[in-house]
Amino acid sequence: MTSPARTVKKLRILVGKPGLDGHDRGAKVVARALSDAGYEVVYTGLHQTPEMIAATAVQEDVDAVGLSIMSGAHLTLFPAVMAALRERGAGDVLVFGGGIVPDDDLPVLAAQGVAAIFKPGTTTQEIVEWVERVVRPRAEARV
Amino acid sequence: MSRIDEILAGNERAAARLMRDLDDRLPSAIAELRLLYPHTGRARVIGVTGNPGAGKSTVVDGLIERYRGAGKRVGVVAVDPTSPFTGGAILGDRIRMQRHATDPGVFIRSLATRGHLGGLSRSTCDVVSVLDAMGCDVVLVETVGVGQDEIDVMAATDTTVVVTVPGLGDDIQAIKAGILEIADVLVVNKADREGADRAVRDLLHMLELRHGSGAREVEIVKTIALRGDGLELLVAAIDRHRVETAGADGRERGRRRAAAQLAELIEEGLAEVTRAAFVERGGIDALADDIAARRTDPYGVAHEIIAALLSGAHRR
Ligand SMILES: Nc1nc2c(ncn2[C@@H]2O[C@H](COP(=O)(O)OP(=O)(O)O)[C@@H](O)[C@H]2O)c(=O)[nH]1
Ligand SMILES: [Mg+2]
Repeated sequence: MTSPARTVKKLRILVGKPGLDGHDRGAKVVARALSDAGYEVVYTGLHQTPEMIAATAVQEDVDAVGLSIMSGAHLTLFPAVMAALRERGAGDVLVFGGGIVPDDDLPVLAAQGVAAIFKPGTTTQEIVEWVERVVRPRAEARV
Repeated sequence: MSRIDEILAGNERAAARLMRDLDDRLPSAIAELRLLYPHTGRARVIGVTGNPGAGKSTVVDGLIERYRGAGKRVGVVAVDPTSPFTGGAILGDRIRMQRHATDPGVFIRSLATRGHLGGLSRSTCDVVSVLDAMGCDVVLVETVGVGQDEIDVMAATDTTVVVTVPGLGDDIQAIKAGILEIADVLVVNKADREGADRAVRDLLHMLELRHGSGAREVEIVKTIALRGDGLELLVAAIDRHRVETAGADGRERGRRRAAAQLAELIEEGLAEVTRAAFVERGGIDALADDIAARRTDPYGVAHEIIAALLSGAHRR
């Protein structure tokens, strides 16, 4: 008679699109897949500034922030979001992303602390597996 | 510094984390809420309900703007449904309010129903209390908006705003959904569409039929929330409701709210204890098997469990 909600912590994940590009199809697909996996997904929509994303992540107390960036501005947007999170005392929130990122930029983003980049063609199942492997233990261990 | 002190000092992260723990129904969080409770009771709590797509989130966005313009600190609790199949939820009400995301005078929190019926999550009142204790002057509560049995919002708020739209011939729908009974203020949103004036007339007519003499007049406000039109009229109507219900009515509502919350907390606690009692006895399935096979009977088992729970409660 133990319901899953009682033993398994409900993960909360923000999915948002920073910057100017207007392609939110990928973000919506990921948001849907994450909610299908049983997570609570805070969807912010398009054209978010890094500050908006960080403020939302804090107020919504999400475990991770997923950014969809198709504009090529990933090298500025990821660090900007992470800096905004740190500024609000939320530097521990994991940041991951998807979109068009050249292979050469992957180590740069990793060095900046981006937890994962999912390239086009990644299945949503792979993203969910990553959440379970990386995000869940941190959320469960939280005091 | 304790988390409560941090929250009272305005620490958003601390508040957001307590809200999470309240949403997860952690007993330690409920204990913390007790310490916050003396700091609550100042916020004006306004519910916004109505069918999905009627424009609730857009109306809330417009109300945030108005109240911020008046220098008030604003909290928002926006509830979306949890999928009964996956347990997940997409919390998307914020999309319409994101222009306020970085305003330090605005705190928006999205919640999923997590199986709770009635248009709100189990934790909604508690999250409202945290916002209240943090110093929000106004807290706006957006319900799921399934239309039916959204009566919880009336018990949880000082003023209930029901958002409708013109057309759809939904006059009859509105009556069916019992939506008129819970409205303190009625909004006909999307007044840029055809039929807004007719919708107002129909609603007025229904209100006349419904309300005998002596009942408070429910105001009807036409809005085009997308453009901010009519929002100042809505704020004024909400204000009038506040003034008119400030006396005995307001106390009555406050009492009803406290009673509803108390009853729900006790129910929740008892359900928890009952579940534990089943587990102690090998699970409800085992108990049910014995009953179905006529080895025991439901009356005796229920009596035994209740008696055990009551004596256990004495011991504690
Ligand atoms: N034409 C028109 N559309 C509106 C108005 N207010 C909201 N909408 C649109 O109605 C849709 C649903 O709005 P939303 O606020 O999300 O509704 P909710 O589901 O009740 O929260 C959105 O596409 C809004 O842009 C309005 O006054 N006029
Ligand atoms: Mg909404």
